[in-house]
Amino acid sequence: MKRWMKYLTALLLMGLCAVTQAAAEEATLAEVVSRFELAFDMLWLVLAAVLVFFMQAGFAMVESGLSRAKNAGNIMMKNLMDFSAGAVAFWAIGWGLMYGASISGFIGSDQLFIHGAESTLYRDWMFQVVFAATAATIVSGAMAERTKFGGYLIYSVCITAIIYPISGHWIWNGGWLAELGFHDFAGSTVVHSVGAWAALVGAFFLGARKGKYVQIGKKTVVRAIPGHNMPLAALGVFILWFGWYGFNAGSTLSGTDPDIAHVAVTTTLAAATGAIGAMFSSWKWFGKPDPSMSLNGALSGLVGITAGTWVVSPVGALIIGVVSGVLVVASVELVDKVLHIDDPVGAVSVHGVCGAWGTLAVGLFADGVNDASIVGLFYGGGATQLGIQLLGVAAVFAWVVLLSSILFGSLKAIGMLRVNGKEELMGLDIGEHGMESYSGFQIFSNM
Amino acid sequence: MRLIIAYIQPHMLNSVKEELYKAEVYKISVTNSLGCGQQKGYTESYRGVDIEVNLLKKTRIEIAVNEAFVQPTIDAIITGARTGEIGDGKILVLPLENVVRIRSGETGHQAIG
Repeated sequence: MKRWMKYLTALLLMGLCAVTQAAAEEATLAEVVSRFELAFDMLWLVLAAVLVFFMQAGFAMVESGLSRAKNAGNIMMKNLMDFSAGAVAFWAIGWGLMYGASISGFIGSDQLFIHGAESTLYRDWMFQVVFAATAATIVSGAMAERTKFGGYLIYSVCITAIIYPISGHWIWNGGWLAELGFHDFAGSTVVHSVGAWAALVGAFFLGARKGKYVQIGKKTVVRAIPGHNMPLAALGVFILWFGWYGFNAGSTLSGTDPDIAHVAVTTTLAAATGAIGAMFSSWKWFGKPDPSMSLNGALSGLVGITAGTWVVSPVGALIIGVVSGVLVVASVELVDKVLHIDDPVGAVSVHGVCGAWGTLAVGLFADGVNDASIVGLFYGGGATQLGIQLLGVAAVFAWVVLLSSILFGSLKAIGMLRVNGKEELMGLDIGEHGMESYSGFQIFSNM
Repeated sequence: MRLIIAYIQPHMLNSVKEELYKAEVYKISVTNSLGCGQQKGYTESYRGVDIEVNLLKKTRIEIAVNEAFVQPTIDAIITGARTGEIGDGKILVLPLENVVRIRSGETGHQAIG
């Protein structure tokens, strides 16, 4: 039986060779090469898109793990719907505004409803829509446990249809920032900071969860509201890390690019040192190595390396990661204890602060090996690149804060932003969706 | 007849059960409970914010016994649960008016054993 299989395989292989040979004789070598390149790109980008899609599951698990059991189903719905609504919005409007023909470097103007698409455009849309949805879903965590579901749906459409594509156009479709030489390989700023600044504004307009900041006399006491499932949060982080290989290494945009492995290596090292940095920071500052902070640390390293992953060396990646890890703990402390903005999962610190840091780090650590035109301060390139990176970070911050202030401000004004106090206490699973996530388990909680 | 109620540290339940078994006390009812005594609580930390936990997780044991078994039962619980640290727990002994076995309708001393 086995021998029979062997003969059959050999026969098939011979046949295949003969067919390829015959095809090769008809076409010129260049044509064959380009056909194979197309095939590699197609496979690699669609595979990478699927990996990035899986990050949605990662976000869902992180966010539900770090919030309370009574709101877990609501978080699942938000994660499901920001992708689903976002995909339709990005098909109808988002793609066109981002990748359509540019109007003076600020906004795309055609290809609405991806009109006139053929296979390579479908491929590119597929790869881009998962990035748009990543930006959208970052907000869900920061606004967890108190946001009205309807308001969140409106937000989901707005960010993937308008906010994300326009700033994305500036950077990834030869817009004005790209013209200046701004470099953001896979989206520290384009994707992560956009989501995080919207999250910051959203959490600010929403206000804190009940019982998070308690006024005692003139003093505001910060209370912890522990998440209900640390293993689920950890699973989410591992899924995100896994998906990030599609996010970063996929952003080579070509299956024949020899730098795919370089990108994967820098991504791995930064995530690892991010987790280590956050672990030691929490150990030093809080007395014990904090699990949820260390998980945030791994993500912060990933966000930090996303901009520079292609232009920095492995040593550069190590440093970018460890700084991200320390920065994320400091930033969570600052946002929580000083600014009193309630961000249950640390999304603003992970994606916003470390996204900005990673983008600036290109101006410090770019070594000029993969792209001779991008050399950072520490490799003798002067401060020019750093200045351009800073401008990009500031411009995207201003754009997102402006647009999302209008969005969340109007939602608040018409009463579509926050659930009422009683519903918040009972949980959004019951209030917004009329069900329990852990039906059959008796969960006592007065939080 | 007495009802013995003991609050012990949850992680001492196994050794208490062992000691009770050695003392030939086989009937026991166990529930989870929350509370605090002299220990007053402790702090946990979540994402850098301290949490004061003042209701501690405890285990509540109930055993109904005849007079002859009161002292052996108390001794067994003490042997099993004592570490010498604050938080070991407390034993309450109450007089018991009657006991009724639902299945057979037996009462008093017959029902208890």
